[in-house]
Amino acid sequence: MNKKVFAILSLLIFASMILVACAPAATEAPAEEPPAEEPPAEEPPAEEAFECDDAIGCVELAPDDPVHIASMLTISGATSFLGEDSVGAIEIAIDDRGGTLLGRDIQYTSEDSLCSAEGGQTAATKVASDPTILGVIGTNCSAAMTAAMDTISSAGLSILSPSNTAPTLTLDDPAAGGTFKPGYFRICHTDFFQGAVAGEFAYNELGARTLATIHDGSPYADQLQEVMANRFMELGGEVTFQGAVNVGDTDMRAVLTSVAADSPDALYFPIFEPEGPFIVAQSSEIAGLENTILIGADGLLVDSFPENSGPNAVGMYLTGPFVTGAAYDEFLAKWDAKFGGVPPSGFHAFAYDGTNILFDAIEAVAVTDADGTTYVGRQALRDAIKATADYDGVSGKVDCSDKQFGEFTSKGDCATGEALGVFEITEAEVDDGNWPPEVIYTP
Amino acid sequence: MLKGFLDRYLERFSWVSFFLRLFQIAAIIIIVVGVYNTLTTAKYTNAQWVTLVFAGLAQGSIYALIALGYTLVYGILLMINFAHGEVYMAGAFTAVFLANYQAESGFLARSPWLAILSWLALAVVVSTVIAILLERIAYRPLRNAPRLVPLITAIGASFVLQYTFRGFYGTVFRSYPTVPALQGTVNVFGAQVPLVQLVVLIAAIILMVILYFFVDRTKRGKAMRSVSEDHDVSRLMGINIDRIIVTTFALGGALAGAAGIFNGLFRPQGVFFFMGFFPGLKAFTAAVLGGIGNVRGAFIGGLLLGVIESLFPNLILEGLGIPAVNQLRDAFGFTMLVLILIFRPQGIFGERLAEKKA
Amino acid sequence: MEEKPRPTWQIILRSGILGGGIAAYLCLVGLVEAFSERFLIGSFLTLGEVMLVTGILIAGLLTARELKDNKILATGSSLLSGVVSSLPLILLIFITMLFVLRPEILGATYNLRDMFVNLSPELVEILTLGQGLDNLALGILLLILLSALMSLLGAAFVLLPRRWSLGLISGIAWVLVIGIFSDTVSQIVRQVAGQGMIRVIFVNEALTPQAAVIIFAIAFVTGFFSVHTRIQTRWEGIPQTQQSRTRMILLLAAFGFLLVLPWVVGLFLSQALFTVGLFVMMCLGLNIVVGYAGLLDLGYVAFFAFGAYTMGILTTTGSLGRGGLNFWMAIPFCILVGVVWGLILGFPVLRLRGDYLAIVTLGFGEIIRILALSDWLAPFEGGAQGVLHIPYPNFLGIIFDSPQYMYYVVIAGGLIAAFVTIRLRESRLGRQWMAMREDEDVAEAMGINLVQTKLLAFAIGASFGALAGGVWAARLGNIFPHSFNLLISINALAVIIIGGMGSIPGVIIGALVLVGMPELLREFTEYRYLMYGILLIIMMLVRPEGLLPEATRRRELHTGEDENFEPVSQQPVGSDR
Repeated sequence: MNKKVFAILSLLIFASMILVACAPAATEAPAEEPPAEEPPAEEPPAEEAFECDDAIGCVELAPDDPVHIASMLTISGATSFLGEDSVGAIEIAIDDRGGTLLGRDIQYTSEDSLCSAEGGQTAATKVASDPTILGVIGTNCSAAMTAAMDTISSAGLSILSPSNTAPTLTLDDPAAGGTFKPGYFRICHTDFFQGAVAGEFAYNELGARTLATIHDGSPYADQLQEVMANRFMELGGEVTFQGAVNVGDTDMRAVLTSVAADSPDALYFPIFEPEGPFIVAQSSEIAGLENTILIGADGLLVDSFPENSGPNAVGMYLTGPFVTGAAYDEFLAKWDAKFGGVPPSGFHAFAYDGTNILFDAIEAVAVTDADGTTYVGRQALRDAIKATADYDGVSGKVDCSDKQFGEFTSKGDCATGEALGVFEITEAEVDDGNWPPEVIYTP
Repeated sequence: MLKGFLDRYLERFSWVSFFLRLFQIAAIIIIVVGVYNTLTTAKYTNAQWVTLVFAGLAQGSIYALIALGYTLVYGILLMINFAHGEVYMAGAFTAVFLANYQAESGFLARSPWLAILSWLALAVVVSTVIAILLERIAYRPLRNAPRLVPLITAIGASFVLQYTFRGFYGTVFRSYPTVPALQGTVNVFGAQVPLVQLVVLIAAIILMVILYFFVDRTKRGKAMRSVSEDHDVSRLMGINIDRIIVTTFALGGALAGAAGIFNGLFRPQGVFFFMGFFPGLKAFTAAVLGGIGNVRGAFIGGLLLGVIESLFPNLILEGLGIPAVNQLRDAFGFTMLVLILIFRPQGIFGERLAEKKA
Repeated sequence: MEEKPRPTWQIILRSGILGGGIAAYLCLVGLVEAFSERFLIGSFLTLGEVMLVTGILIAGLLTARELKDNKILATGSSLLSGVVSSLPLILLIFITMLFVLRPEILGATYNLRDMFVNLSPELVEILTLGQGLDNLALGILLLILLSALMSLLGAAFVLLPRRWSLGLISGIAWVLVIGIFSDTVSQIVRQVAGQGMIRVIFVNEALTPQAAVIIFAIAFVTGFFSVHTRIQTRWEGIPQTQQSRTRMILLLAAFGFLLVLPWVVGLFLSQALFTVGLFVMMCLGLNIVVGYAGLLDLGYVAFFAFGAYTMGILTTTGSLGRGGLNFWMAIPFCILVGVVWGLILGFPVLRLRGDYLAIVTLGFGEIIRILALSDWLAPFEGGAQGVLHIPYPNFLGIIFDSPQYMYYVVIAGGLIAAFVTIRLRESRLGRQWMAMREDEDVAEAMGINLVQTKLLAFAIGASFGALAGGVWAARLGNIFPHSFNLLISINALAVIIIGGMGSIPGVIIGALVLVGMPELLREFTEYRYLMYGILLIIMMLVRPEGLLPEATRRRELHTGEDENFEPVSQQPVGSDR
């Protein structure tokens, strides 16, 4: 008999477990059912003084709630220098406000989006599942953003990217490969800008007429070299070779031999460490490359690059984000005080500006009612960011209105292409560890 | 009944063999066409080909030295020491700090050979210690477990070693200093081949010969061969199996440590915690290519793989009109492995026995 | 070793140095410092501190375990071994002082921090318990004191009466687990009890002290009264017929629980569950190839990639699209492509065995990834740019755009895969596979057609992988070749071996541990891989047969251990040499 009681008891326990499990699901179902449209935040009760009429809902902050923002950046893996660069800038932007916004503490959550599609998506679901998050800074890599776009956008979030450069992210025409969804903003320049600058620099400034490019199979490098080559051909140049290496390759002599077959005037390789230094160092061994000018891009704009590449790097160029001015010097001073040294990559200014734009927009749209509850409309927040124009950021002028690149209309591109330059690597960088190098060309 | 027998006969022998043969013939035709096309377009000069061959040989000698470690361990324990690439990384990554310190203090410029010897010593010691620890912690307790179990601990050890060294030494990419004494080129068949590549190749061959004599002539080497034949009988003969296994791992580790320094000499960049993974895979491929468990095979396999990787994408694939051929290099290397294994399932120098045991 | 007990001083020294070594390793690798700001309880206890004392705890535990017959001696010895275990840490402090912070003392010319990046002032600060170099003597004294105390705590686990130590262990373990997984727990709490409850339990990421005390108390009581053993004895007392009936009910309840799970745990955990389910599906396929047929396949990701690309190209609305099918129509094609490529890739390797097979399949995985990435095939499948705009599945008007819906797809797929696996295992083919696994030559001699059997194993295994790939592509919405790397193959293999080869529950447990847990421990960033590696090694050392091995296999292994089992690592005596 005793055993029978036990059996019934255990059944009851499990039945109640299921009930417990079902109950919240049932009550929450309306909020969850169509996540595409419905706001994750609860609607304010009707008897409140403030009525949220935002199209995609409001975030409701009780009087002692913090203002919660998040980031989805590459904190681990081979490209973690990008994430460190951006996280540092976000933290400085928070410090600048004394850690408070709207009279509340700023709570900052940092998620790792890796540099891959699945990493981006997982981080996005993590961020989207927290209804208190107002806005996001991220991602570093374009592949991660492509996969995160839908989740972030349908959760009603706004996301500002410090270093996605793939042009397709801000195109909303699927026929052109566009993957844009509302809520996405990009503070850094698209490859349309950087590729064009690189092409013009090579053709006009260096006088190159033939060009070879090498990419490493990352979506970023592939797109950038394509845009660059197209611009170069538009100007009248000839592209003799478009090759590729693999991440993890160490012996570049074969691909360099292929390049050398036509002895091009310039070689553009927008790739990362350690493949970049291999190309630079081994290029001296290949007959036929003596007069070829090497040009890298922002992936190689890392302080360890010149030293790793050795004497061959002297006289080569890097295209990348270039920021200057008093505001930037001030930023660098803050960085030095907080972390020591200089930022590990070139995108911190965009992360810093993005965070500040987000904070300004939150301040602009937040409404506080009589009992101290603050409401932030999610669509209003997006609109406020979108309306950013003539913003005088550390990275130059920021303007988030729609832009036209040839036949393409881009949405959510905030960079005006000002913050770009070509750096020249000299002996000072290679031998004495000087960083960053001198900028010799700006568009 | 006869018909059934015939059917089965056809199915079992002719069917598989026929298609494999067809596959071989197709591959050979493709290769010949590719080579013919490339050579007739004369895009590359002879000097460029020679350069590529020597670059491939230098690279191959690194593979070969690492592959020896795989093959030695396999010969005795019949297990893939998946973490062996990390043993190579450990030595190279540690010695890079000594090398840079000596370059800064001027010691490298004053007495380059002594400096290189000191790097070698450090890398060999570190790699050997890591290899011995690996055996003690991750493999010895599992010596009687099913085959796949040590494979998983080896994979685990590979992760642990990578991220341990990442934690120790950070994420920054390091480089070996260039050694002025090894700069310059040598004229070989009309091509300027960097001196350092020849030095690396010759040093690797010397090490290989030493190893060969050790295994072939010394008492310890004899014991190693005996253990690889049969553990139980060896034990009966009074051989301390544990000691022999440790010796094997130590030898493999030492060779990997040396490979790390040679690699740093002729290709100084890209020293970081992940640097051992791909060379490890390639060396494993090389060991299988030569016939795993066979010392000579591992060495030849390594050199061959180096040359295949360096030469063949440009030589064969480009002639077939494929764009961005160097991207396909690893794929091509593995394809060649498949082709060779179809011809000889036991590898180039492998004995039928290896197949049996595996 | 067993016949002569080791002298006490040796035990103290050995365990002390081992424990201190672990602690010093964790410091050097950076874990202690990296989590020195990650609070577990209020603002009292950080994860870094826990990591620091873990090694010392182990020192005390080991000492006490070897000397537990004499409690007084054991207590004293563990105290001493705690002091010993602080020595490596003190050494670290001095090295950091002499070679990093105060090089002028010895005239050191090399800043050791250039090499060991974690020899930082912060580390010294942590190790001296906040005293720093200015109060070095006091700091070291405190460290020794702390080590001795922690070592005692470790010894207490062994020396206390069983009930007390069980209660203590379970209490500490639960507080730590909930503290570490605070992120996950708060996701569930949010869904079940709302945002307000989170504030009661957690402050930022840490447990509030009150919550920690309550959790400790509950866990202590359950441990103290060893509730689960009581339930187990009760359970064993129930007659067989009722047991099976109750088990049935429990199974149904568990299934019902599975069905509502995504709505209980929220978006992010649903995504993690989805990933786990996907791996279960995939690993069931690999289980057929490796577990049943005994063919070591290290390139299983190739089939995953084929499935994903088939789904991508057949359904995408982008310019690469061919066919314009929807998800459900494309699924059969994914499976078909998996089967065909399983046959094609299986064919050249028919003659290869063991490790030759392993490296060739690994090569196939890499070849497929590189080809997918290549500019050569880019016009057909996107190359580096991947395949974008893969639509979400649409089921009777519901768009499966969140992991909470896709979860059901993997549950269904997993059930189908499990069903097929079970049926196959019991079938003639399954027995042929197992015969082949045990000995190919004997199997062939018994009249098994090896070609057919092997190819079927490859093809069926590949179809599961391709199915998983297709589902994955539809969830992700876009696929990039970089995702199909060797790590997936390795992970899948590790799942089935950790789980227990050939066993379906094993695959599920393995996937939860090796796929689910790393998802939940995302805040550990790179250190996840370190832990993953340590986990693999420890699990294999502790349970070489896997967590839930197949019954027959376990029997095989254990009879083998008892009798004159021929170790696999040795060549069979009298083989044809």
